[in-house]
Amino acid sequence: MADKSDLVLEVKGLKTVFFTNSGLFQAVDDVSFTVKRGETLAIVGESGCGKSVTALSLMRLVPDPPGRIVGGSVMLEGTDLLALDETEMRAVRGNRISMIFQEPMTSLNPVMRIGDQIVEAVRLHRKMSKREAQDVAVEMLRLVRIPEPARRAREYPHQLSGGMRQRAMIAMALACRPALLIADEPTTALDVTIQAQILALILDLQKELGTGLVLITHDLGVVAQTAQRVIVMYAGRKVEEASVEALFAAPKHPYTRGLMASIPTVPAPGVVAPARLNEIPGTVPSLVRLPKGCAFAPRCKLAIKRCEAEYPPLIDWGGGHLAACWRAAEIAEVA
Amino acid sequence: MTEVLLEVTDLKKHYPVRAGVLRRQIGTVHAVDGVSFSVGVGETLGLVGESGCGKSTVARSVLRLVEPTSGQIRLEGEDITHLSKSALRPHRRSMQIVFQDPFASLNPRMTAGDIVGEPLFVHGLATGKALEARTAQLFEQVGLRPDQMRSFPHQFSGGQRQRICIARALALGPRLIVCDEPVSALDVSIQAQVINLLIDLQREHGFSYLFIAHDLAVVAHISHRVAVMYLGRIVEISDKDELFRNPRHPYTQALLASVPVANPLAKKLVPLVDGDVPSPVNPPPGCAFHTRCRFAMERCRIERPVLVDAGDGHRVACLLNEGTGRPNAMS
Ligand SMILES: Nc1ncnc2c1ncn2[C@@H]1O[C@H](COP(=O)(O)OP(=O)(O)OP(=O)(O)O)[C@@H](O)[C@H]1O
Ligand SMILES: Nc1ncnc2c1ncn2[C@@H]1O[C@H](COP(=O)(O)OP(=O)(O)O)[C@@H](O)[C@H]1O
Ligand code: SF4
Ligand code: SF4
Ligand SMILES: [Mg+2]
Ligand SMILES: [Mg+2]
Repeated sequence: MADKSDLVLEVKGLKTVFFTNSGLFQAVDDVSFTVKRGETLAIVGESGCGKSVTALSLMRLVPDPPGRIVGGSVMLEGTDLLALDETEMRAVRGNRISMIFQEPMTSLNPVMRIGDQIVEAVRLHRKMSKREAQDVAVEMLRLVRIPEPARRAREYPHQLSGGMRQRAMIAMALACRPALLIADEPTTALDVTIQAQILALILDLQKELGTGLVLITHDLGVVAQTAQRVIVMYAGRKVEEASVEALFAAPKHPYTRGLMASIPTVPAPGVVAPARLNEIPGTVPSLVRLPKGCAFAPRCKLAIKRCEAEYPPLIDWGGGHLAACWRAAEIAEVA
Repeated sequence: MTEVLLEVTDLKKHYPVRAGVLRRQIGTVHAVDGVSFSVGVGETLGLVGESGCGKSTVARSVLRLVEPTSGQIRLEGEDITHLSKSALRPHRRSMQIVFQDPFASLNPRMTAGDIVGEPLFVHGLATGKALEARTAQLFEQVGLRPDQMRSFPHQFSGGQRQRICIARALALGPRLIVCDEPVSALDVSIQAQVINLLIDLQREHGFSYLFIAHDLAVVAHISHRVAVMYLGRIVEISDKDELFRNPRHPYTQALLASVPVANPLAKKLVPLVDGDVPSPVNPPPGCAFHTRCRFAMERCRIERPVLVDAGDGHRVACLLNEGTGRPNAMS
């Protein structure tokens, strides 16, 4: 087990709710996890399962109203971010904890030169002359492998390609060398050849800088190629957690198994006809009207009476492999 | 060889790029730049490539939703490239399209039943009770309940909305369905449902699909044959099995290597190409891929490779090895 001092982030019992016209719901319900220095933790799940709200909660960026963090703690390098006031939080955000998004224009200012934006971000947190900060900006652009960084620093976001904008956003997020980087679907909007470049870049930089990384994705391929540990979320809850090897070798939750079986892969040699996929029936439930027991029960082939009545507890089945399923112990035999 | 349903020959679609107050033409987008392929009866041809390479423009040209700049489109043997609107009408029943965004393509003020039944009504094929019965049948075919006919699009999930689009496309009994990224906006578990539905429908009715996606694995799954596009051109086309076993174009090889494999024990992803896709406005001369190709030679900047048969109908457009591309080093 890891030394406690190695922990960059420790999230315990995080609960975030939304008050909407159709009612109150828990977008994140009792979610806990840790991230070590230099470690990549992937959070995976289908749209609406609470991945982004989890990320925004860590950054204290949940829009209030309609949302609110109502419970838990988020310890970043020993400080509970949920206990900070907004001024204190502003000193941490973009400094010790940073976030990058699917759409780079979420964090880039369209009417400001790329270099100036990094300068501004750096000088917000570091006592530095404008000149020094400019050097840092060019250095960061070089670090994210933007060709001719000094020239690019003087350009506006619209003058860069999609892949380059993504790099510029990463440069800005890492400029203050944060302890933790949160990447919310950072490559989902990119073409696959550019995705490969950006993922390789993020992993290289993380290794170089020792940053802890929370990588949010819906793509199990991205998870397998990047993460050391994985959390699977369903309907606002963590339903499984394991090392990436354990998760792919022997998933314990029927939802995780279903997800893995439903991804199309390049077929084995000799397959000429279109092959059907294993599908998970039904749709993701509405968070406003969650079933009483296991939220996956209406779609689960293995559901038994108990599943509809009681929510299964999250149990450690050994070696830090957690799953919340009444049938996790017998899954290898029954599924 | 199966009977050919759709045959596209040297299709080009160019758009002028204008600028300034006088709207002077300053360049040309080579959206589709000389594409040829055919789709057999009951066959799925997958068309894969990165954003902006011209996939949707091919789809729209085939359906004559945009007018091709040049080239020929033959459907069931007949040249439909220049048919007038009215002459095209009977052919409209034979080919249908399903788009990526099922929400944008559904009228929010119409019930799902009216949306699906509309083509039948418009073509005067059914009214009243018969229309309702046929619509109900279409709902069942795509896995929706007939009692959902009275619901509106916003009351359906993304996957269900795509089912509505598919039901509407089926209404006129088409022979060809062009699917432009039909599952790209869907979650994996729902994506699998829609892919299975398309496969089942084809087995049952013998439809042909021109199936477009940027996701190689999705295309690999649903197709019989696959064409890879880059900057407005097909760079490789072959039977699926052959293409994935022996990709010969450096771009296809790079695409394949870029797909993150859902297996942590498999080799980690290494980007095989640097840089971004160049702009299709005045694309690179010679082989359009030469700016990113690791094997580019001097002549690749000048000579434009054409599709050459590397054996058994596996065609590739690359100047290496007398125009037959590069044997795959990875397999
Ligand atoms: N009406 C138009 N006017 C000018 N340029 C156009 C027009 N339609 C498409 N283009 C351009 O033609 C090229 C091909 O576009 P197309 O939509 O066919 O690409 P695509 O392969 O479908 O991309 P994506 O994967 O993003 O859907 C792009 O550069 C696009 O910007
Ligand atoms: N600003 C908001 N107002 C109301 N509901 C929201 C808001 N942001 C997110 N939600 C809801 O919270 C749930 C989780 O969303 P999110 O974390 O964005 O999912 P994802 O896993 O796709 O990132 C969803 O039901 C979503 O609709
Ligand atoms: S608890 Fe029951 S319904 Fe839920 S995943 Fe396990 S077997 Fe399925
Ligand atoms: S023709 Fe030349 S540049 Fe084009 S793919 Fe082949 S080797 Fe590469
Ligand atoms: Mg999200
Ligand atoms: Mg398109």
